[in-house]
This record gives sequence, structure tokens and C-alpha cells, in this order.
Amino acid sequence: MTKKENFLKGFIKENPIFVYLLGMCPALAVTATFETSLGMGLLVIFVLTSSNIVVSLFKNFIPQQVRTPSYIVIIATFVTVVRMMTDAYAPLLAEALGVFIPLIVVNCLILGRAESFASKNKVVDSAIDGFGMALGFTFGLISIGVIRELLATGGIMYGDYLPFFVDQPFELFTFDWIINLFVQDFSIRDYGLAMFALPPGAFIALAFILAYMQSRKNKKLRLEEEAKKQRIEELKKAALERKRQAAMKKAGEAS
Amino acid sequence: MSFAVFATAIISSMLINNVILMQFLGICPFLGVSKKSSSAVGMALAVMFVMVIASAVTYTLYDLVLHPYNIPYISTIAFILVIASLVQLVEIVIKKYSKSLYKGLGIYLPLITTNCAILGISEANITNIWSTTTPFGTGLFIAVSTAFGTALGFGLVIFAFSSIRERLDAANVPAAWKGVPISLVVAGIMSLAFFGLAGII
Repeated sequence: MTKKENFLKGFIKENPIFVYLLGMCPALAVTATFETSLGMGLLVIFVLTSSNIVVSLFKNFIPQQVRTPSYIVIIATFVTVVRMMTDAYAPLLAEALGVFIPLIVVNCLILGRAESFASKNKVVDSAIDGFGMALGFTFGLISIGVIRELLATGGIMYGDYLPFFVDQPFELFTFDWIINLFVQDFSIRDYGLAMFALPPGAFIALAFILAYMQSRKNKKLRLEEEAKKQRIEELKKAALERKRQAAMKKAGEAS
Repeated sequence: MSFAVFATAIISSMLINNVILMQFLGICPFLGVSKKSSSAVGMALAVMFVMVIASAVTYTLYDLVLHPYNIPYISTIAFILVIASLVQLVEIVIKKYSKSLYKGLGIYLPLITTNCAILGISEANITNIWSTTTPFGTGLFIAVSTAFGTALGFGLVIFAFSSIRERLDAANVPAAWKGVPISLVVAGIMSLAFFGLAGII
């Protein structure tokens, strides 16, 4: 596997949320808005990359029998760092994510990567793997977050929880821009599906995304099957043709 | 330490702030171990067992060790280590004293270490209940009753969900929705139903 493949595999092919169903708790709980999903994703990127590097560095010193507790302590250390940084620089994000920041420790994705990849591979490869997988996780979180926020409010806000690069909250996108070309005095906010900002919406939005992924997979499987059938049919035809020609030749010789 | 406190803690953590459908803790066992209702009951009992002990121990640890020595920031590391070793200890004790209980719960106990509900409730107890003015006994009592109620809520939801899922296996579901997607829709509808309970206290 090249470094590029190693980096890109986390996005679609081995996406932790949509394919492996890892880290479902944050995927449902913090994705009410685009911004909280992005914030959670950034924290996971930091924790997963650094824990993969450290686990990979120490892989020859950690005895086989106590490896899981050791990995948990390494991960918990980075989670504590992240928790204090969030408290200091983005207190509103820390409040919005709440108990899910310390719960990064028990995210199966991070322990799983330490166990299955970082403990067997070189430092650089582990860092790339961790970074790519965490980006894939962030991509999953953000796609759920964007869908939920668009359905709930009709737009996407930035600046409420992540106070970086902007002075005050502003709208990245809203359906009002399109609708106001035709209708005046209309606010999409009044017609949002509030359910999608609440817990039931999380389950249903994720269900729709997973169903879409599954239908794509089914279609791919069906196409592959058809292609295989067609190939077999062609081979059969070719073999039959050869047989017939041989028989004709034989008949010609006999006469 | 009255019965009213106990009942309030139980009802609010079991029905109103249900651990799975409202707080999204413990989704992994919720989706993973809910294919058969017998395994769902086993998981729920194991969670109840560990959750009550773990929240008592972590609350005590925070109140008597981490806070007096001024190291509360280390709570995440301390809690996860305590829970991991506690699960091992509980497993050994059960194995020694009750073979039948071990047979029922044994395979679920190792899974519980990475169950986010346990660590989540321990952390939530500290943020919601613990304060410098709460006496140790009262706080511990509320923490343990909250943990008990949470575990009851977990058991209720996972049992109902597994029963629905057993029926769902025989249903005629479109190919794209088979398996996890349709279960998530069921969970969403259950979550909507639990919304109706908000505000009864």
C-alpha cells in the first residue's frame, strides 16, 4: 500500500462512520450543527494522529499482555490535553460538546487504530494512517452535521462555537439567498424541520445516509454480478464456436 | 437522603434523560448486542452491575482524592483506569463466587470497558451533582441512584429495541434499508416517543 492510498482509504472505502459504524456516539450526539461536528472532528484529528505516533514509537517497549491499558493511558493523556486546550481557547465549544470530549477516550476508532495499525507499523505510516482516518471521521461527522443543520434551519452558521478567524457569527450558506430572488419578506428559518436538531433527527438522518451508502453498494454488487455473467456467457459462446469449427473441419476431412 | 430524592433521580435518568435515546451514550452495544433479546438482557444486567459500582467508586475517588489534592484535571485518565480495572475485578469475583452468574454475564463484561455509558455517567455525575458544598454522603447517594436509573433506562430501551428487531428480521424491508438503517429509523421513532415524557417532573 502506498502512502497516498494509506492516506485516502479513510474517506470512502473504509470510512469509520459509514462503513465500520465506529464512533457512533459522537456521530449522533454532536452533529446537530455543522460547527460542533467540525469542532469534534478537529479534536479527534489531533488525538488520533498523536496517539498513533506515540503508540508506534513505543511499540517495542510495551509488553504484549498489558498493551490495551497502555494504549488507553496514552490516548487519555492526549484527551486531557485537548480538553484543557478547548476549555481555554473555545469555551463555548467545550460547553456544547460537554461530556463527549472526555469520551474520546473510549471511541472505538482510536483504540482500534492503535491496536490494528500503529502497533505494527512504522512511525510515519502510522501518522499518515491516523491523520487520514481522522479526516475520514471528520468528513462523516460534517456530512451528517450539514444535512441536519440544513434541514433544521435552512442555512449553515459559522462563528457561534469556533471563534476563530471571525468576529461574530455569520451565515456560510442559506436557502434565503435563492428564495429571496423570487419572494420578498421570506425567512426559511420559520419553515425548518426542528426535529432534525433534536435527538430523533440524528437517528433518522444517519439512517438515510447509511441507506444511501447501502443502495450504492448493492448497485455496485449487482453490476459486478451482471458483468461476470456476461463474461461467462461470452466464454461459453466462444468455446461453442471453437467446437463447431473443429467439428466442421473434421467433417470436411472425412468427406 | 429521602425516598423522594431517590425516586426523582431514578425517573429523570431512566425516562426523561434516557441514556441511549436522549444522551446518545452506549450506542455501540445498542446496535451491536441487540439482535437477540436474551443477549440484550444479559448486556443490560452487566451494565447495571458495573455502572452502579463504577459511579460509586469514581465519585468517591473524585471527592476524597482528586479534589483535596487539587488534581481534578486528571479525572479522565483516573476514571478510565479505575473502570478498566474494576471490570476485571468484578469478573474475577463473579467467576469465583457465582458460576451461573458468570455464565450469563461473562462474555459481556470485557465489552463494558469501552462502553461509553459507564465513563459518560461517571463524568456527568461530577459535572452535574458534585460541588464543593454538597456533603459527601448526599452526593454519593444521588450519584448511585442516578447510575441505577440510567442502567434501568438502558435495559428498558435495549430490551424493547431487541424485541422490535427480532420481528423486523421477518419483515419485508427494501434491500437498501436492510440491517442497520432500518434499525436506526426504529430508534429514531422510539426517541420521538420518549420526547413525550419530557416535562413530567
